[in-house]
Amino acid sequence: MRDQRLWTWHVLAGLVILLFLGLHMTIMHLDVLIGIFNPADPHPIAWTNVLARAKMGFFTVSYVVLLGAALFHGLYGFRNILFELGIGRGLKTAVNAVLLLGGLGLFVFGAWSAWAAGALARTL
Amino acid sequence: MTAPANVTFRIRRYDPASQRPPAWEDITIPYADGMTVLDGLRTIKETRLPSLSWRSSCRMGVCGSCGMFINGHPRLACNTQVTELGTDLVTVAPLPNFAIIRDLVPDLRPLFDKHAALMPHIIRDDVQEMYEPTGEYFQAPHDLEQFLQFSYCIKCGCCGAACPTVATDSEYSGPMALAQSHRYNADSRDGGFSARKQVLATEKGPWKCHYAGECSQACPKGVDPARAIQLMKRQLVFDYLRLYKQPCPSTVVPKPTEIKRRADVPEAPAATV
Amino acid sequence: MLDNKGHPNRLGVWGWLGGGKWGFERYLYTLHRLTGLGLLFYFLLHIFVTSARAFGAAAWEASMARVTGGIFVIGEFLVFCAFAFHAANGVRLVLVELGWAIGKPIEPVYPYRTSVHEQRPLALGIMVVAGLLVIAGGLDFFILH
Repeated sequence: MRDQRLWTWHVLAGLVILLFLGLHMTIMHLDVLIGIFNPADPHPIAWTNVLARAKMGFFTVSYVVLLGAALFHGLYGFRNILFELGIGRGLKTAVNAVLLLGGLGLFVFGAWSAWAAGALARTL
Repeated sequence: MTAPANVTFRIRRYDPASQRPPAWEDITIPYADGMTVLDGLRTIKETRLPSLSWRSSCRMGVCGSCGMFINGHPRLACNTQVTELGTDLVTVAPLPNFAIIRDLVPDLRPLFDKHAALMPHIIRDDVQEMYEPTGEYFQAPHDLEQFLQFSYCIKCGCCGAACPTVATDSEYSGPMALAQSHRYNADSRDGGFSARKQVLATEKGPWKCHYAGECSQACPKGVDPARAIQLMKRQLVFDYLRLYKQPCPSTVVPKPTEIKRRADVPEAPAATV
Repeated sequence: MLDNKGHPNRLGVWGWLGGGKWGFERYLYTLHRLTGLGLLFYFLLHIFVTSARAFGAAAWEASMARVTGGIFVIGEFLVFCAFAFHAANGVRLVLVELGWAIGKPIEPVYPYRTSVHEQRPLALGIMVVAGLLVIAGGLDFFILH
């Protein structure tokens, strides 16, 4: 039952990533051709632009959603690759534990830094 | 390709009684018109290598016994003309991704075990009717089209030999087992989706298929197992999202009772047994 | 009855790479895995590099200074290309694996026209889309800046 659930969420996460990472890539790497959400400076990664985006609640939320979806999608894909190499049961359990704990840890850290950046931006 | 005068068969030999690993052996024989790879193997066994072993039966592409790895592709030996390979060097090896019993004989037991595990048979509640039928199960032509393609499978194992997931993962059910499970899920006479789902929703399901499409390319009967597996994924995903409602299995159509014989059609002769 | 397990004969990872005869969709499957691994590796580092924004301008500038320069620009462009391919092929996979782009079951008549043939125009179109994205990204990375 688990694999049916995980695979379905993998696909749904992929669609979420398509939307939000597509937006992120457009902002960061198609800034001259399309140029959105870079109000303060021509360079997308200039501090003033980062600050401007951090002030917008939409970006804080979308970064956290993208973080969660990308971590799940990427780590589940990685898990698939490892499992399909024909590893034993014990190693499968270990991989599950490492990826789950690592993924959760990274999500907590990444979500905190998105929230903290927003909080910092609103004080400046 | 114009017919060659001679054909060299490069055959992967393996004798389990010896300590030596599998090794290639080259045999050159004269080409005969219309020679298939199976014909070539027979000629070699009769005239040069009496100990050469392989499986074959019908020699016409319906039994699925002679699946082999021929010039880098899983094929049926009886269905493969030497001239269609475009070379006078025919490389014959046992089907990959199955253990070798001897020479060109693969161990297909895991294939059949995985097939059996996915319940490839009609499952219905009316067991009495299945064993003592009073009529036939209704099935419209449109219902038949949903699974007919997948029922042409001859269980040759060529799909599993081509599949990149089967190449590394011995626990993957494989294209044949999954396609055959879907053949029954798609059959309007079947009511066993809930039972099969208990197995298919686990790691034995279609989740390790990533649509490389090689199984459908390799299938000698046009079964297109890749299509069956993707349709199975759709069914299972929609079921998880509560968007799929299993239809009721088709009902029994009782035998007609009001048939009148046409005047110009004679009675059948009396039974003799 | 057999009592031995037979000589092992699995293709292994060579089976991911073709195992003999290459098919176009097999290339796409292998490339999808490789780009996925590349993107995952970059993403895990990216979480740490970009977390510097939570600590103010100085930390952010220092973090960005560590990842600018020739090799990093090329690396980022490769990440963009990997994203372009992985996303476009991912759209194809969603359409194919949920049964929309593979055609209906048919009675097989030789020469067989399988779902692989049915989805081939979509696969080629998706590659064109990925190519256009790569060109757009290349313009932005190297020419217009």
